[in-house]
Amino acid sequence: MSDHEYTPKSKFGKWFNDRLPLLTLANHLTDYPTPKNLNYWWTFGGILTFCLITQIVTGLVLAMHYIAHADMAFDSVEHIMRDVNYGWLIRYIHANGASMFFLAVYIHIFRSLFYGSYKAPREIIWIIGIIIYLLMMAAAFLGYVLPWGQMSFWGATVITNLFSAIPLVGEGIVTWLWGGYSVDNPTLTRFFTLHYLIPFLILGLVVLHIWALHVPGNNNPVGIDIKKPSKDTVPFHPYIVIKDGFALLMFMIVFAFFVFYTPNILGHADNYIEANPLVTPAHIVPEWYLLPFYAILRSVPDKLLGVVAMLSAILILAALPWLDTSKIRSAVFRPLYRQFYWILVADVLILGYVGAMPAEGLYLLVARVATAYYFLHFLVILPVLGWKEKTLPIPLSITEPILGGSPNLATAKNKESLNK
Amino acid sequence: MKNFFKIFSFIILFSVLSLSTQAAEKVEYLKTDWSFKGLFGKFDRAALQRGYQVYTEVCSSCHSMKYLSYRNLAEKGGPEFSIEQAKAIAASFEVKDGPNSDGDMFTRPGRLSDKFVMPYDNVQAAQAANGGAYPPDMSVLVKARGGGVDYIYSLLQGYEDPPAGVTLDDGVYYNKYMYGNKIKMANQLSDGLVEYSDGTTASVEQMSKDVTTFLMWSAEPHLESRHQMGFKAIVYLIILTILVYFSMKRIWSRIETEV
Repeated sequence: MSDHEYTPKSKFGKWFNDRLPLLTLANHLTDYPTPKNLNYWWTFGGILTFCLITQIVTGLVLAMHYIAHADMAFDSVEHIMRDVNYGWLIRYIHANGASMFFLAVYIHIFRSLFYGSYKAPREIIWIIGIIIYLLMMAAAFLGYVLPWGQMSFWGATVITNLFSAIPLVGEGIVTWLWGGYSVDNPTLTRFFTLHYLIPFLILGLVVLHIWALHVPGNNNPVGIDIKKPSKDTVPFHPYIVIKDGFALLMFMIVFAFFVFYTPNILGHADNYIEANPLVTPAHIVPEWYLLPFYAILRSVPDKLLGVVAMLSAILILAALPWLDTSKIRSAVFRPLYRQFYWILVADVLILGYVGAMPAEGLYLLVARVATAYYFLHFLVILPVLGWKEKTLPIPLSITEPILGGSPNLATAKNKESLNK
Repeated sequence: MKNFFKIFSFIILFSVLSLSTQAAEKVEYLKTDWSFKGLFGKFDRAALQRGYQVYTEVCSSCHSMKYLSYRNLAEKGGPEFSIEQAKAIAASFEVKDGPNSDGDMFTRPGRLSDKFVMPYDNVQAAQAANGGAYPPDMSVLVKARGGGVDYIYSLLQGYEDPPAGVTLDDGVYYNKYMYGNKIKMANQLSDGLVEYSDGTTASVEQMSKDVTTFLMWSAEPHLESRHQMGFKAIVYLIILTILVYFSMKRIWSRIETEV
């Protein structure tokens, strides 16, 4: 945080700012000292904010035309696609926007994993992020139900049925969630209400996420603490604004390509068939961004344990700041961790792939091995690595890559200096 | 910049993977050139009009198209019949309306604002008339099938005698592109089945292509404006991106050369 006191120049500005310090906030945001060495992996925070706002704005317009009723939902979506002015555009942005949102959030999360952004003093930022990610999954799932196609209906049936695995009260909870004895109109109306609510919860958490970020400031690719402001930092505006803007535009080109040229490629064809409780689709698959967790769920033979495994796979991330015992943040200086990091990336991609395939034969075996490895990475490899790994020497500041050629062992050994 | 390309290639890789996993499960469908594919893809107007003819004369006796109105036939980006032609088409159908002031239902000639008349009053009636199988509504059919247009195009030409060992029940037919190969719709198309007013030879292949084009339009009536707008949007974004890139270089050159 910039420590200098800000005083508005105009008299009115001063009067206003004394009563509500909005101008101080604006000044803080523009002056906010940011490490100058942030690479493009750091631009996804801004991209995610864009995704959230896009989803909220397009969602508001869709809600004006959508009818949350089991008999009319499918028709109203077709009405939006055909008769609402640019309704097809709004809906395709919203539908593909969900995929783009998850693409960006996965890059954002894996950036944190690579550069150790979750480590002290940024644990709260990280945990808020995990809660946002959970809410995103909830919002995406609820939203996918709303068009009331076959995959909506059967996806809702499968996912809500997971709660029946809870001992004793499970069946009661499922009935309570459905508002009846099967997925039907009451389920749809409450899903719509919750789908409308969650983005605003996410928005509130995003404010907290950024607030918590602005206390210690950004991590950076070198992963060392830096003085703020100093010659290692640049003011957020214009340096980071323009860089984030450039990355956002590149992202928007990819986004636009999906919206305008392959708008249905990420969805499932069955969702253009109206929901029919009497006909079960051949394969019920979730959207691509939930596939790794779906694979984990299915790889456990017991229903309850499967649900527990799936939830643990997400919640284990919240414990990451304490599971990773290494004092060094950035994988750049952790040669062994770097390799395990890429193995984890491959492992999650494999889980995603087998999640889309039928749970049988070789696919099931691969899913089980990959699930086991996923937990092994967090519960065993990370803690042990922190103690055993020989890390590379760390520079003292961003602008002084003092190690140019000759390793400075004195600095490298002095890991404690990183915690200041 | 180096990093940036890494990210970009990652995104491209993701897209390619997602496209290829979708493609992985498919059987080899028959291929043909679709005029509506590609960056500037547009519908072949004549094919849409012929396709509509095939739909009305062949498909519409069993398949509904409940999301289409007769006015759509005259709209831009579709078959683009003239308003008079579309009115005449609409008027050739009897539409159930009412109740009138006496409380009675009555029939009248169709208008542009009417939805396509359905062949059956309800799903049960459709099933009863078709051996228990409901002929699906065709409005969004190409989007509701994994293989899309190629699948529909192939299916229409995919009827064969069942291979040895496959026995078919009454009213079930063998189609090599159908999921599970068993289909309750009999082969509908035969050479010369319809007489095209523009003189095109009505081969099975030609009719399959025309009607599939028509179904693509019915599922995506705004496809042409989507492609046009998409091209403009992406060109705009690319130019803006280049400008912002040079602005960024300029701004960052105040403190260092490499961004």
